[in-house]
Amino acid sequence: MDKPLNAHVNTLGGSPALRRNGETIAFAVMVVILIVAPFFTYPLFLMEVMCFALFACAFNLLIGYVGLLSFGHALYFGWASYLSAYSAKAWGFPPELAILTGTLTAAVCGLIAGSLAIRRQGIYFAMITLALAQMMFFVALRAKLTGGEDGIQAVPRGYLFGLIDLHDQTAMYILVLVIFLGGFLLIHRIIHSPFGEVLKAIRENEPRAISLGFKVDRYKLIAFVLSATLAGLAGSTKAIVLQLASLTDVNWPMSGEVVLMTLVGGLGTIFGPVVGSFVILTMQYKLASVGEWVLVIQGAIFVACVLLFRRGIVGEIAARLKR
Amino acid sequence: MHEIFGIPSMALFGQLLIGLINGSFYALLSLGLAVIFGMLNIINFSHGAQYMMGAFAAYLLLKYTGLSYWPALIVAPILVGITGVIVERLFLQWIYKLDHLYGLLLTFGLALIIEGIARNEFGSAGLPYVVPDALQGGHNLGFMFLPNYRAWVIGVSLVVCFGTWFVIERTRLGAYLRAATENPTLVRAFGINVPLMITLTYGFGVALAAFAGVMAAPIYNVSPQMGSELIIVVFAVVVIGGMGSILGAIVTGFGLGIVEGLTKVFFPEASNTVIFVIMAIVLLVRPAGLFGRGT
Repeated sequence: MDKPLNAHVNTLGGSPALRRNGETIAFAVMVVILIVAPFFTYPLFLMEVMCFALFACAFNLLIGYVGLLSFGHALYFGWASYLSAYSAKAWGFPPELAILTGTLTAAVCGLIAGSLAIRRQGIYFAMITLALAQMMFFVALRAKLTGGEDGIQAVPRGYLFGLIDLHDQTAMYILVLVIFLGGFLLIHRIIHSPFGEVLKAIRENEPRAISLGFKVDRYKLIAFVLSATLAGLAGSTKAIVLQLASLTDVNWPMSGEVVLMTLVGGLGTIFGPVVGSFVILTMQYKLASVGEWVLVIQGAIFVACVLLFRRGIVGEIAARLKR
Repeated sequence: MHEIFGIPSMALFGQLLIGLINGSFYALLSLGLAVIFGMLNIINFSHGAQYMMGAFAAYLLLKYTGLSYWPALIVAPILVGITGVIVERLFLQWIYKLDHLYGLLLTFGLALIIEGIARNEFGSAGLPYVVPDALQGGHNLGFMFLPNYRAWVIGVSLVVCFGTWFVIERTRLGAYLRAATENPTLVRAFGINVPLMITLTYGFGVALAAFAGVMAAPIYNVSPQMGSELIIVVFAVVVIGGMGSILGAIVTGFGLGIVEGLTKVFFPEASNTVIFVIMAIVLLVRPAGLFGRGT
């Protein structure tokens, strides 16, 4: 029998109370860092990190807690980004409605793609999600709404609830922070709910979960839709922050990137995707001048993570602490 | 000029031909994926990159050693196959005991490395590779013009596909392979070197991809991203056909190529997406795939 993808997570053990304390402290540290950080580095960069961190957390909900590898999460991120940008620019939606529009788009896409993908398991699931995402990439390439190669540029940030001018960097930062923390806490809540326990049971032993009477497919589909929706929330917010939606967001390298972020940070750890997206985005900025070598380095990190470093940064730290 | 369903027959058969060509590559690549998956339990995401390596190997052999298309057709797959053997020994052999998904992630990383290096060295623009002299020109069949090179590609693909099928399903070596797929431990107990067989299987699968790459070089331009675009479609082909059957992979590959070609004639907007749509329909109707056995 193959070891499940997150076999290491179970070996960590430790009492739940201790773990909960550790998580609370880590969460507080994260919040403090996110509040203080804009005084030391570019707020725009931090906002991008938070959007990608939420995206990676949403992705991690599937891979880390249900054991489903979606290789097509760019579909939800990218299309949400398009709809958010389009509704803000063409229909003049205020930012909160634009983000909602994008998020709902991702939810619908997730429902359709998810109900197809969960018909197969394991490796096929990954290939199906990738193929469906590629299909929607081609649609984005041709559709009028997306602006094709140009994407949707100069998206107005607008006034939140008609009152707060989001062109003000501080206001925008606070909004992104609230969205990110809200999404993060929601995912945390989902994972630790009875529903989340069933998801983990499915990850560990699907036939057994079925034999216990759980409608596994329904659980998987709900998890998939939740993950796609939150990925959409991240994409929608990103479109408003960067005032841009483009083909990059919806293409397969984006799906690969979110996998990489989560893998680097630690599959199946709550904070892993956040750390991972910070690391990967920082790397991309630092290496922007070396052009295509970024691709090579990303590939090398993939290989290194799979061979030597399967727990990821946060998983590794947690394992050390437990010892 | 003849017309069929209001479409000039020249255009119809022309697209059918292109469909068959694409189908040849789908068949060759999904065959390689199926063979590798059978032995290694790994979905080889770098298959597209290795296909691209084959095309570049042919290009570089011509440029620096003057080796023409014909020897390249043999030499390039061997060279790329050797890199496959090295990759298996260096990386893949360590992850057989892990979840299959790690194999996908690892080979995805390898694909990024290979494509990144190719982009750095050669840029993103396509490089031309001329059709060999012996296959220049074509024949007018009356109802359509058949370029010799394209006829050659379809013919050779069919031969290679069925050759592979024959080796795996009808020879002693193939019997060992199939047995090792079912129960490697037992086959080892009979004194057969299974790890060596696994290594060589991966090398063979990679060589098959490179072979397809060499054949593709004169048709499409040689470019770093030629593989990544193709591999995702091939994944859809594999989902449709299922990886349980070699013959299934071949039939599905050619069949979907033809369907894609026809779509280009009747509904060109959908030609990029039709294979994915078919995949969705197959998942609804026959979740296990057309030739699949279980998941």
